[in-house]
Formats: sequence, structure tokens, C-alpha cells
Amino acid sequence: MKIFSFLGRKRSAPLARERLQILLTHERGATGQSGLISVLREEILAVIARHVSVAPEKVDVRVQDGEEVAVLEIDVEIPRGMATRRSSWEHGGRAA
Amino acid sequence: MAEVLVVTSGKGGVGKTTSTAALGAALAQTGQNVVVVDFDVGLRNLDLVMGAERRVVYDLINVANGDVRLQQALIRDKRVESLYLLAASQTRDKDALSEDGVRRCIDELRERFDWVICDSPAGIERGATLAMRFADLAVVVTNPEVSSVRDSDRIIGLLDSKTVKAARGERMEKLLLLTRYDKIRAGRGDMLGIDDVLEILSIPLLGIIPESEEVLRASNLGAPVTLCNAQSGAARAYMDAARRLSGETVPMTIQSEKQGLLTRLFGRRAA
Repeated sequence: MKIFSFLGRKRSAPLARERLQILLTHERGATGQSGLISVLREEILAVIARHVSVAPEKVDVRVQDGEEVAVLEIDVEIPRGMATRRSSWEHGGRAA
Repeated sequence: MAEVLVVTSGKGGVGKTTSTAALGAALAQTGQNVVVVDFDVGLRNLDLVMGAERRVVYDLINVANGDVRLQQALIRDKRVESLYLLAASQTRDKDALSEDGVRRCIDELRERFDWVICDSPAGIERGATLAMRFADLAVVVTNPEVSSVRDSDRIIGLLDSKTVKAARGERMEKLLLLTRYDKIRAGRGDMLGIDDVLEILSIPLLGIIPESEEVLRASNLGAPVTLCNAQSGAARAYMDAARRLSGETVPMTIQSEKQGLLTRLFGRRAA
């Protein structure tokens, strides 16, 4: 934004746009903007809860609308160490 | 086939009532039968913007409750003969509206008119959800400003979940009406641009209404801006939007005010 400093102040619209994009991505998930997202969220939570105890707010499901496709993002936070505990039957499965 | 259109926004003061009056008048000026319905029970203002505040005898609640016939409550516009107003009650509150009553009233209006335009109250409570409940399509009024865009996003979510159409699994049509747009400030990068708002809200654009002094002047005089000064940028933009609603393809231009020589010489406005 330094290039605009010669005008005395920077343009505010790009910041407004960025703040809105971040905020709304989050709020759409939280307020159940889409029925699909809330259904997915509940079902993913149920599957994970069978193996690991996880707090509902740690499961974040979002849809990012792109030009041609929409991307489904699933972000799940689980307690430390849970993922490696079962590594005995998983060895060699994935390259690090 | 009647279309029931809700004009909504979430945020207050972005131009729902102005847009309801202007679009209603513009559609009626093309010869279609139009009724504008005020859902802002307790804080009615559509009557004032339409210049019919002294002619309100019965209102939406009287009709919804079956106290009077629809015919008794409809107020015919004195300028455009195919334009009618159904006012909200000023002495009651939103709880006085029943869903069944609103449904009956909208069904009856559907039989009589080509367009039923519901002016939603601000907020996301009962008044706003009832205004959108039976709509076939929605016009989401948004200012190029962060709080308005956020609230519009929330309202879009409600339109997709709280309307009868959404409950039936049908797609609710939503159109963006960008109001109070200032081409110069957006060009300078100090106001969200049209593309920014469209990308964030992801709904099709119905029209761009430029910031215009004529809007305040029209409400002072009690006339929809399309009737008050048809040559103003705002009026032409509303007329273009109305033609798009009627199915015409109209190029999306940003209408600007026709300025006099003095205005051009001495700046656009004092503020």
C-alpha cells in the first residue's frame, strides 16, 4: 500500500472487501447459511466422535465459491497426540 | 401470473422503502397493476414516501385479521392509476400479524395484481420473515458499505431457509439492488465497487442506483422518485431496474445526474 502513500492516505475499499470476505466465510458456516453445510457438519462430527472426543465448535465446514467450482473446506481440530496413537496400523500408508 | 416480490436488506436506512415506492411506480407506469405493501407494522413510512399518509383508513392488519375487505384498505395512487398502496398499522406491533392472515391477504392480492411488492422492515425478526415468507423473488437492497453488505448476506441466508419457496425445496430468486452508489468514490478506491459487492454476495445484479439528492427531495414531496423527477439519475436507474424485472434486457449503465452548469462549476454538494 506504500505506493498510495503519496496521496496522503491509502485506499480503504480493498481493506473493506478483505474484511468482509474473511468475516462472511466464517459467519456463513456459523449461522447455517446453507442447509448442506450444517448437515455435513453434524455428520462429520458424528463420525469423528466415534473415534476421538472433539468439541462441536472445533469442526469448521465452509464452502468457498470460485469462478468455476466451489471448494468444500473441512477443518477439524482434535486433541494433540490423538492422530498418532493409532499409527501402528497406518505405517507406510502415507509419505510424510 | 402475479409476482410477489419482497424488498429486503436486514440493515435499516439503506433504501428499502424508497426502492419499493420507486420500483412500484416504475412498474405501474408501464401499465401493469401494482400494489406496494408496507410490512413495517408500528413504524410505517411507505404511506409517507408515496404521499398518501392522510388517506390511510384501514391497513394490512385489518385485512389480515379479516376486519375489513381488501377493497376497503387499498389506496389508489392519484398519479398512476394502476398503482395501489396497502399501508401498515401504526398503532399495533409486529406480533399482531399472523402468518395465516398474511397468507390469505397475499393470496387475494395475487388475484388482483401483476406485482405485489412487499416492503420489509429492517432486522431479521418476525416482521421481516413474514414479509419474505410468501415471496416469489427478492430484491436485496444493499449500500456499498461493510455493515450493509454483511446484513444482506445474512438476509440472503434467511431467504434460502425461511421462505415458503425454500421450504418446498425450490430455488428462491434473489436480485441485488445496489443503492447510494458513488461512481467517483468507488473509482478512487474509497467505496466498495460493484464487482466487490457482487463477488461477496454472489447474487445477480438488478440495478445500480446512484447517490442522488433527488431521493430526499422526492420523499420531502411525497412522491416516488420515478414520478418526482423522471430525468434524475436515480429515477432512470429505477426505471431500468423495473424493465429488467419485467423481463427486458437493459444494459447495466451507471446513470449519473444531469448537472447544470452552476453545479458543475461549484461542485456537487456542500457536504
